[in-house]
Amino acid sequence: MTPVSGTATTPNPTWADVNRDVIRTVSMPGDRYFAWMCLIALTLAAGVAAWAWQIWIGMGAAGKRSPQMWAMYITTFVFWIGIGHAGTLISAVLYLFRAKWRTSIYRGAEAMTVFAVMTAGLFPLIHAGRMWFAYWLMPYPNQRYLWPNFKSPLVWDVFAISTYLTISVVFFLIGLVPDIAALRDQSTGIRKQIYTVMSLGWEGSDSQWRHYRRAYGIFAAISTPLVLSVHSVVSFDFAMALVPGWHSTLFPPFFVDGAIFSGFAMVLVLILPMRYIFNWYPYIHDKHLDAMAKLILVTSLVLTYFYVCEVFTAWYSGDHFERASVFAKATKQYAWAYWGMYFCNCLTPLVFFWRRARLNTTVLYVVSIFVLIGMWLERFNIIVPGLGHDFYPYTWGTYYPTITDSTIIIGSFAWFFILFLAFIRVMPSLSIVEVKEALGHPMRDGHGAHH
Amino acid sequence: MAPTTRMAPVNVLGIFAHADTTLRAIQGLRAKGFSDLKVYTPVPVEEIEEEMDSVRPLSKVRLFAVVGGLLGTATAFFLTIWTSLKWELITGGKAPVSIPPFIIIAFELTILFTGLSTLIAVLILGRLPQIKPSPTYDPRFSVDRFGVAVACPVEKAEAVGAMLSSAGAEEVRR
Repeated sequence: MTPVSGTATTPNPTWADVNRDVIRTVSMPGDRYFAWMCLIALTLAAGVAAWAWQIWIGMGAAGKRSPQMWAMYITTFVFWIGIGHAGTLISAVLYLFRAKWRTSIYRGAEAMTVFAVMTAGLFPLIHAGRMWFAYWLMPYPNQRYLWPNFKSPLVWDVFAISTYLTISVVFFLIGLVPDIAALRDQSTGIRKQIYTVMSLGWEGSDSQWRHYRRAYGIFAAISTPLVLSVHSVVSFDFAMALVPGWHSTLFPPFFVDGAIFSGFAMVLVLILPMRYIFNWYPYIHDKHLDAMAKLILVTSLVLTYFYVCEVFTAWYSGDHFERASVFAKATKQYAWAYWGMYFCNCLTPLVFFWRRARLNTTVLYVVSIFVLIGMWLERFNIIVPGLGHDFYPYTWGTYYPTITDSTIIIGSFAWFFILFLAFIRVMPSLSIVEVKEALGHPMRDGHGAHH
Repeated sequence: MAPTTRMAPVNVLGIFAHADTTLRAIQGLRAKGFSDLKVYTPVPVEEIEEEMDSVRPLSKVRLFAVVGGLLGTATAFFLTIWTSLKWELITGGKAPVSIPPFIIIAFELTILFTGLSTLIAVLILGRLPQIKPSPTYDPRFSVDRFGVAVACPVEKAEAVGAMLSSAGAEEVRR
């Protein structure tokens, strides 16, 4: 794909350049964009059709049978929730640490978070079978005083995910407001009217900024514990159960680390083409890629440590079932997924020890794809072989995917990408305000542009 | 030292290209007793904010956040305990009211309510959404220009304009 037309970007952009470079991304896209969107929309339609089929036929259409009543849906649910973590990590945690390199990637990452959580949120519904009763999960007043069981990890999950979605959306929208105002001021016609409404009449006056900045800090401060808690709560779905390989205190940090790991890989998968297509080289430098590759490397090493711990504790516990579960995962029908996970998550990121690999976009891209596959396999390994080999041989079993559930899972990727691709063409996917802040304020008498 | 406001005040707007000249203009105006200022900046500028905040109370956003957060905690414990007492069933070998699992709900609702009340705070305190654009707003303020709008009596407008110009304003208008 060729870069978006427009004036050549300057190596040292000024504030006006930032506005110009962001505004040209929301211009009318070309045919190729619509061709891609059509393809994705078709995939999504296939996913929707498969879901409709599953609702019609029943959960058997998804290959659900004992013992694997949780299979690819929950795997993919955890996968998407994990993807969402990097966005909040970049927008909140790195904000609190004042890591300036986050500014040029955080908007894209935040959008990714919101859309990933929106994708993940579909899976409990898809998985629930009679999804029209999904509202039973929410506490609502009713005649019979029936309430959710607040001691159930599944109900904690409902609270964690819905809180996470709400806070991420609000944080995301708050960050967008001043940027939409900038788009409003430089657009015309119907676009201007839409942006005017969405910018809430933002003007960047001192009385608006003072409250905005405080609020932004608070959002960052509450999102930080939230992001760490969400995947911990998701891990409780497993850790609170007694299935061998699940019942472990290792799970919360293990899940959080894996989530950040896969989230960063997804950020790279999205940001690298955007940098090329939108010609954002002046904003997304090699040092940004380098920093993200280092984070992937660190989280990969931590994850490797967790994998080792998992095997070690299974062995050291002396518990027969724990040992048997690990042994079955590594040697039985799902061994390909087990070793594939080790290869993708523990070995491939090691190339990032070399600086040249961290700066090479092809290597970054390939490793990121491997990481995404590896992290999907990790959740698969926890759920499917875990359930397939529990305490009694007569409950052991093998799960076979069906066309229905595979299509729904592929459709979930289409859903994510259709949201993301639509977003980057109508909204500023590079934060105008934060990039300007990182460039420094224009000073007449000051030295340089730092504050 | 506030200027008299017997006559209808007018707005004088100075447009600046630099953050430091904007700050100096604000300091100069304030020293002369003009306190009804509105400053437009494309990005938040800490120095300008400090200068503006030196004469007014701190933003109350944090108060909203704390109150919202505590309300969230209280709501969560009320919801979980009250509903458990409606049906006093032992599930999972736990007493009907068992605090540890309820802490998770309390944590989530604390964050949720804090976030929502912070959102409400920005909207209420920042007067958003603002339906009508301010008369002194200029579209360049979302690009790379800073604005200082001074509300002053008509007879002082000339002097204010001169002050803005001498501080470094590129353009001064009423």
